Amino acid sequence: MSSYVTPDGRTIGDVLLEVKNITLRFGGVEAIKNISFDVREGEIRAIIGPNGAGKSSMLNVINGFYHPQEGEIWFHGKKRRAMKPSQIARQGIARTFQNIALFKGMNTLDNIMTGCFTHMHTSLIEQAIWWGRAEREEYRYREKVEHIIDFLEIQAIRKTPVGALPYGLQKRVELARALAAEPKLLLLDEPMAGMNVEEKEDMCRFVLDVNAEFGTTIVLIEHDMGVVMDISDRVVVLDYGRKIGDGVPDEVRSNQEVIDAYLGVPHD
Amino acid sequence: MYYREAGDFKTSYRADQQNFPIRFDRIHFWVMMALAFGVVPFFINDYWANAVFVPFLIFAIATLGLNLLTGYCGQVSLGSAGFMAVGAYASYKLMTSFPELNFFVVILLSGGITALVGTAFGLPSLRIKGFYLAVATLAAQFFLVWLFNKVPWFYNNSASGQISVPRREMFGIPITGPETAASTKYLVCLVIVFVLGFVARNLTRGRIGRSWMAIRDMDFAAEIIGVDPLRAKLSAFAISSFYIGIAGALFFSVYLGAVEVGEAFGINNSFLILFMVIIGGLGSIYGSFAGAAFLILMPVLLKNVLVGGLGWPSDLAAHLEFMIMGALIIIFLIVEPHGLARLWAVTKQKLRLWPFPY
Repeated sequence: MSSYVTPDGRTIGDVLLEVKNITLRFGGVEAIKNISFDVREGEIRAIIGPNGAGKSSMLNVINGFYHPQEGEIWFHGKKRRAMKPSQIARQGIARTFQNIALFKGMNTLDNIMTGCFTHMHTSLIEQAIWWGRAEREEYRYREKVEHIIDFLEIQAIRKTPVGALPYGLQKRVELARALAAEPKLLLLDEPMAGMNVEEKEDMCRFVLDVNAEFGTTIVLIEHDMGVVMDISDRVVVLDYGRKIGDGVPDEVRSNQEVIDAYLGVPHD
Repeated sequence: MYYREAGDFKTSYRADQQNFPIRFDRIHFWVMMALAFGVVPFFINDYWANAVFVPFLIFAIATLGLNLLTGYCGQVSLGSAGFMAVGAYASYKLMTSFPELNFFVVILLSGGITALVGTAFGLPSLRIKGFYLAVATLAAQFFLVWLFNKVPWFYNNSASGQISVPRREMFGIPITGPETAASTKYLVCLVIVFVLGFVARNLTRGRIGRSWMAIRDMDFAAEIIGVDPLRAKLSAFAISSFYIGIAGALFFSVYLGAVEVGEAFGINNSFLILFMVIIGGLGSIYGSFAGAAFLILMPVLLKNVLVGGLGWPSDLAAHLEFMIMGALIIIFLIVEPHGLARLWAVTKQKLRLWPFPY
């Protein structure tokens, strides 16, 4: 099964990211135990699981904050060597955080412009002189950023310091910043946590639109089962650092181990 | 309504991102520049140059430099005066070793040498943050002053241990040494401040400035969008030291003329520059100038009022000056912790509506 078309008409391509037998330990604690899964191009892939299951650790492994003791990560069909997060960003992996990690001292526009960092190349000297290349580059990316601002409907808060924005909008600005990097793979860590129903619906729409319009592959962690089952193509279920389920939403929903993990069966 | 921006529409990104988006500000700025370049040089005398303008301009450069590092990149440094000493001694060695070298080239090279030294002392910032980094940079301060005191090569084995500036000319006009005219000193500093001010603005509004601010605000988030903390922090240290080195070179060659390192570049000056940054406003170009102006001009003003105006004895006035300055700094920080720049921004905000309540 190489590429196929989903019922709603999106094309899912080959494997983009493959995580093979990852084990991550903090001292004696095994946060992730021998987990493997893959993410296909154009897919929306959800990672779910109870608190402390190792979901965020998994994202941190993918974007290079944690270096797993065992296992391999394959991206674009090549085995990835150990890299710093900034190098991984250059390969086209962007993410948002569970607790918003915006740059509080800057306004919305500057936050999103910072997202373009890896694509901008003018040197220090050119930046210092400004006229010429640095200026042209700045306006070229401003235009791209304005498209993202239009796309996420945040025109009105362009020049507002992000610290003054309500929670839901901050989440949206963070998504905009990640999109400005034009990522191949976008990792969203609980994009809808703490939102009301209306904000959740907006965010779902944006996630689906991003996937459909830019063809961005998305990996998301989410606790709202309704959202996960509605928007994701395939779901990975983690519990206590182990993988207990993997498949399309309907499969996962009927998996006995997953039901046990969520309803609480005594572990022995 | 005096400060109006209604009807001032922007139709291009270029117009939206210019330095002074509001027309009134733009006119204001260029009028100030016209006064500074076209009027002040004809009226300036030795007193005004030495007490007010030249130290203000030189400290404005140093404050800009420290603001780039502390205000924009979030790395605290207490080694500013030490780096100024590097600039001063670099310019001295360059001027005495290569007498034909153009003065502005000497200044630039001194800045470059200081940038290298500053980068080296910035290396600990990769591992330590906040107060701990401040203490690490304090080591730079003490080490550099000690170095310039102990190694005779730096002061060309002169008996007094001092360095004094040789006379240098440009277009037949002396620009360093005792015969330099007040207006020349002022203009030399002003030209350099003008250029460095624009460079600072350009750096902070573009890609590099945003990478610094990203590191300041949230370093791990900066990393995941591709900012390499090593390069961002070290480039901030380099640029900042470049500015501070130039300030040190000017402080020595244009302002003081002769320097003894412990006196001119002691830790007091490091604190003074840090105060200028904090009082002016962290992360603001305008604030750097405002902070430098406040801490240079206020004592002069106080002295004139107390001694000249009220006729008090000068020793009493000198002590009172310290107390009043201290009180003013505290009051300012309570009223507006974000410095004069924020105070100015708030004033402008009010002026947009004035005299109507909303």
